[in-house]
Amino acid sequence: MLLIPCPWCGERDETEFRYGGQAHVARPLDPNATGDAAWAEYLFMRDNPKGWFRERWNHAAGCRRWFNMVRHTITHEIASVYKPGDPKPELPE
Amino acid sequence: MQRFSIVSLARNALTGHKDWPRYWRSPKPKAAYDAVIVGGGGHGLATAYYLAKEHGVRNVAVLEKGWLGGGNTGRNTTIVRSNYLWDESAHLYEHSLKLFEGLSQDLNYNVMPSQRGVLNLAHNLGDVREGIRRVNANRLNGVDAEWLTPAQVKAFCPIVSISPSMRYPVMGATLQRRAGVARHDAVAWGFARAADALGVDIIQNCEVMGFDIRQGRVHGLRTTQGEIATTKVGIVAAGHNSVLCDMAGVRLPIQSHPLQALVSEPIKPIHPCVVMSNAVHVYVSQSDKGELVMGAGIDSFNSYAQRGSFPVIEHQMAAVLELFPIFSRLRMMRTWGGIVDVCPDASPIIGRLPVEGLYLNGGWGTGGFKATPGSGHVFAHTIAQEAPHPLAAPFAFERFTSGALIDEHGAAAVAH
Ligand SMILES: Cc1cc2nc3c(=O)[nH]c(=O)nc-3n(C[C@H](O)[C@H](O)[C@H](O)COP(=O)(O)OP(=O)(O)OC[C@H]3O[C@@H](n4cnc5c(N)ncnc54)[C@H](O)[C@@H]3O)c2cc1C
Ligand SMILES: [Zn+2]
Repeated sequence: MLLIPCPWCGERDETEFRYGGQAHVARPLDPNATGDAAWAEYLFMRDNPKGWFRERWNHAAGCRRWFNMVRHTITHEIASVYKPGDPKPELPE
Repeated sequence: MQRFSIVSLARNALTGHKDWPRYWRSPKPKAAYDAVIVGGGGHGLATAYYLAKEHGVRNVAVLEKGWLGGGNTGRNTTIVRSNYLWDESAHLYEHSLKLFEGLSQDLNYNVMPSQRGVLNLAHNLGDVREGIRRVNANRLNGVDAEWLTPAQVKAFCPIVSISPSMRYPVMGATLQRRAGVARHDAVAWGFARAADALGVDIIQNCEVMGFDIRQGRVHGLRTTQGEIATTKVGIVAAGHNSVLCDMAGVRLPIQSHPLQALVSEPIKPIHPCVVMSNAVHVYVSQSDKGELVMGAGIDSFNSYAQRGSFPVIEHQMAAVLELFPIFSRLRMMRTWGGIVDVCPDASPIIGRLPVEGLYLNGGWGTGGFKATPGSGHVFAHTIAQEAPHPLAAPFAFERFTSGALIDEHGAAAVAH
């Protein structure tokens, strides 16, 4: 089980959280000028690395706020959490 | 290949079964092949078999980084059914179920199919309506399906609780009688043995590390056993499809998640069929060894760890006891996880990728075991003919751009 450090509430069990998938996927700024391929990229295509991953979590059974987390997808080690709008941290080695 | 028959069994019995030949050779990779399949799970091996058998493409290698069937093929709960809602899925999975029905004869290898029937329980009005709709859709597609009342559910599977005082009482169920289970390892081994006999090179402990791509076309692969030239590559690597496609510069709509399963201590035969429940979320069957085989949903987060979190197991055990109070004193023996490649519409991707000569058969996620023969069959056609098999055409990669998704999430009564 993951012990997730919510940036507002501190460490809580994984079961209090909802997963939000890859972080920093930006909606196209001008939908009318966005073609099918770009929509497919935005809606469906995702990174799926074997290693460090920046992902979104929601503290659904706590403060109910969204935040970002850097986690390793093999070891499940958590490197950092940061709030929406905070600068993207570098990925660890 | 020495065929299994009453005569060969008797002859080998006389020599104490010490003289059976190996099921497949373990050759060194050749410098070049007409086609290379990446991933020695059931789907990859089936693809190679049908390439050789139906299309005469015999200069084929299957590259497996570990051992045959050590991925999801050897980790799944072996449920085989074809009662999917949408036409495209029903046709593809029914094609596979039909192949399963003749597979032991075709491969001359007992894959231990058991068409014991699969129940999908309904626990609320929404489930009931969805179930009846699916029964009707299945029948229109020539897939056998029945709707059972709670009393009929009890008659078909006497150990299921239909008590109205349950938190989620059983309000009925769909039944596919031709559905059931098969032996997962045997499916991998049977395809491997039959493919090897047709000349396919099966190469284990050979990990693909990269591709040789020039002018948008694949020319070969780099592996831990050296470079291999080929102009056709089929990627069939389940949880690792994204990793492989990343090596070719192709991004996929796939996310890799752990899916866990577990077995109980063995008990005498008590559970006659397969029971699946969407609402309380578990599925249960009993293996030939007597263990209850159980599974449920994925862990929510991306992972390649081949293990998941305990709360998921806890949840599915609670669901088991809700449906089968009789199992409350059983002890669990083993849990494990596999890494499943999940698509946004819970349907597979079968077809070409934007690199010429590169094909993908993946995104089977939590429910591809049942599709093993059908998937290999239509994928072999797609690779050999360089055009999609009619049953595979709707599952092309391009559907994510066109928007023609085949949304089986929730539509198909628990994904497995
Ligand atoms: C717990 C669990 C329960 C399931 N229950 C069911 C069920 O009841 N019914 C059902 O229909 N489906 C079920 N599934 C899904 C089913 O197991 C899969 O969809 C199916 O087995 C996939 O087969 P495959 O051959 O594509 O993948 P795999 O058997 O995983 O084969 C892929 C292979 O690719 C190899 N590979 C990866 N990377 C490389 C590389 N770089 N180079 C070379 N080789 C590589 C891997 O080692 C692996 O052996 C379940 C899955 C799990 C995990
Ligand atoms: Zn919080």
